[in-house]
Amino acid sequence: MTDPTLPSLRTALHDAHVVLGARMVPFAGYDMPVQYADGILSEHNWTRTHAGLFDVSHMGQALLIGPSHGTVAAALETLVPADILNLKLGQQRYTQLLNADGGIIDDLMVTRPLDPGLDGTLFLVVNAARKAVDYAHMMDRLPGGIRLVPKDELALIALQGPEAAEVIAPHAPEAAALGFMSATSSTLDDVPCHISRSGYTGEDGFEISVAADAVEKVWSHLLSDARVKPIGLGARDSLRLEAGLCLYGHDIDTTTSPIEAQLAWSIQKRRREGGGFPGAARIQRELAEGPARVRVGLKPEGRAPAREGVDILNDGTVVGQITSGGFGPTVGGPIAMGYVPPHLARPGTALDLLVRGKPLPARVCHVPFVAPRYARKS
Amino acid sequence: MSEIRYSQDHEYVRVEGDVAVIGISSYAQEKLGDVVFVEMPDIGANIEQHKEAAVVESVKAASEVFAPVSGEVLEVNDALEANPALANEAPEGEGWFLKLRMSDPAQLNELMSADAYQDFLKTLG
Repeated sequence: MTDPTLPSLRTALHDAHVVLGARMVPFAGYDMPVQYADGILSEHNWTRTHAGLFDVSHMGQALLIGPSHGTVAAALETLVPADILNLKLGQQRYTQLLNADGGIIDDLMVTRPLDPGLDGTLFLVVNAARKAVDYAHMMDRLPGGIRLVPKDELALIALQGPEAAEVIAPHAPEAAALGFMSATSSTLDDVPCHISRSGYTGEDGFEISVAADAVEKVWSHLLSDARVKPIGLGARDSLRLEAGLCLYGHDIDTTTSPIEAQLAWSIQKRRREGGGFPGAARIQRELAEGPARVRVGLKPEGRAPAREGVDILNDGTVVGQITSGGFGPTVGGPIAMGYVPPHLARPGTALDLLVRGKPLPARVCHVPFVAPRYARKS
Repeated sequence: MSEIRYSQDHEYVRVEGDVAVIGISSYAQEKLGDVVFVEMPDIGANIEQHKEAAVVESVKAASEVFAPVSGEVLEVNDALEANPALANEAPEGEGWFLKLRMSDPAQLNELMSADAYQDFLKTLG
C-alpha cells in the first residue's frame, strides 16, 4: 500500500507534464498526470482515432536473470501460471503472480528478449502499487542462481492508437514491424530502448522502455508529431475499461483467481495440465467445474454510470459488486465490469445495479465493449 | 442584472425574485472535468440547505450538488440532462441545474458575492 505520509515520487517526465498543462494527482505513490488541458474525453477520443502518448514510468520494470532461459523460466513458472518456458525470442506474455490459494498478487507482462545474447534474462513489468509486494514475494522464493534486478533507472512510455505504427516507423522501423505481444531492442532517435507491441487501451501500440535520463528526448520527439497528443491516467482508465482489461486492486486482487477473472486464456495448456504453480489445485478445479463467480461486462440501460462498489442485484438479492465502472466515451454510455455467479453471466441477462439506493436496470454483455484493434502479425 | 452568489462548495445561486437558479461554478466544472451525467431531484421535492440537490458525474467520479439555500424544486434543466456537457460549456448559463422556490431567502446572506468568491478561489491555490 501507498503510505500517504510520504511525499509523492516523480517520474522523469514530471516537469514535462506540468509544462503541458497536466493536472497532477497522487497515484500509487507517484505524482501523475490524470489529464492534460484537453480533458479526459478528448484524450480518450484522440487515442481511439490518432495516437496517444502516456507516461507509465510509475510501473515497475525488473529483470529476472539466471544462467539460461530454461532455468529462469522454470523459476518464474513456480510463481505464475503462464507457459514461460516456451516463450519464443522476443515474445511477450501476460500472466499473474499467484498466492497459495490461486489469488492474484499482481498481474504482469513477461518478455523474453529477442537478442539470443540475453538468453537467461526475462523482462518484467508490474503494477506501480504492487512493486514492493511483488519484488519481496519473488526474492523470497527464487532459487539460488536466479536474481531479480529492479530497474528503477528505466522510464516507460506508451504510444497507443491507430496511427501509432505510422508515427513510430520512421523513428524505429523494427518496432513498426513487430507483431502484437512481441518486443525488440531498438533505438529511437539514437536513444537505446526496448520496445514491445502491446498496451492497455485496446488499440494497436507500443510500450517503450528507455533510460529515465533520456526519456524526455524520446517523449518530446514523439510529441512533436501532429498525430500524437499526451494522454493522462484518466483516459488510460476509460480506454482500458472499454477494452475489458482488468485493473489490479479493482477487478482483480488476492481474493480473485484468474479463472474467476476470465483470464483462463492466459494459462496455456501445458500449465493447466501440469500445474506446478501456486493455487494450481483451485485453478484446475475451477477450470473443470467452473468458478463460484465470474467477471462480466455490464451495460446500464440508462445514462447513470455504476461505479466500483455498486451492488449487483438479481430479483432484489445482492449477487455481486461492480469492480470498475464509469462512462465509456467510445461506447457513448455507461459501462462496467463486476462479478456475478456463473448462472447469471450469460450475455443479455437482466440484472439491477444499486446506484444511490435505486436499482437501475442493466444487462450482462460481452467484453471488450469496444472491438480491439491489436496489430496482427503480418 | 440578476444577483449571483456562491457557496464554499462551488455551487452558485442566481436570484430571480424568490426563485433561486442553482448550478455549479465555472471553477467546479473545471475541477470536475467532462460531465457525462446529471441526476436531478423530483419536481416538488423540498430540499434543505446544504443537503444533496443533484448529482453530477464526470468521466472520473460522481459528486453531489448541494443546495446553497432551502426550497421547493420548481424546475430542473431538461436540456442539461439531455446534454450534460452544457455544465462544462456554460456552467453559469445554459448549464444550470435546477430552480428552487426559496423558503428562507435570508440564507442568501451566508453566501459569497462574485467578488468574494473570486477571492475565496485564490485562497485554494
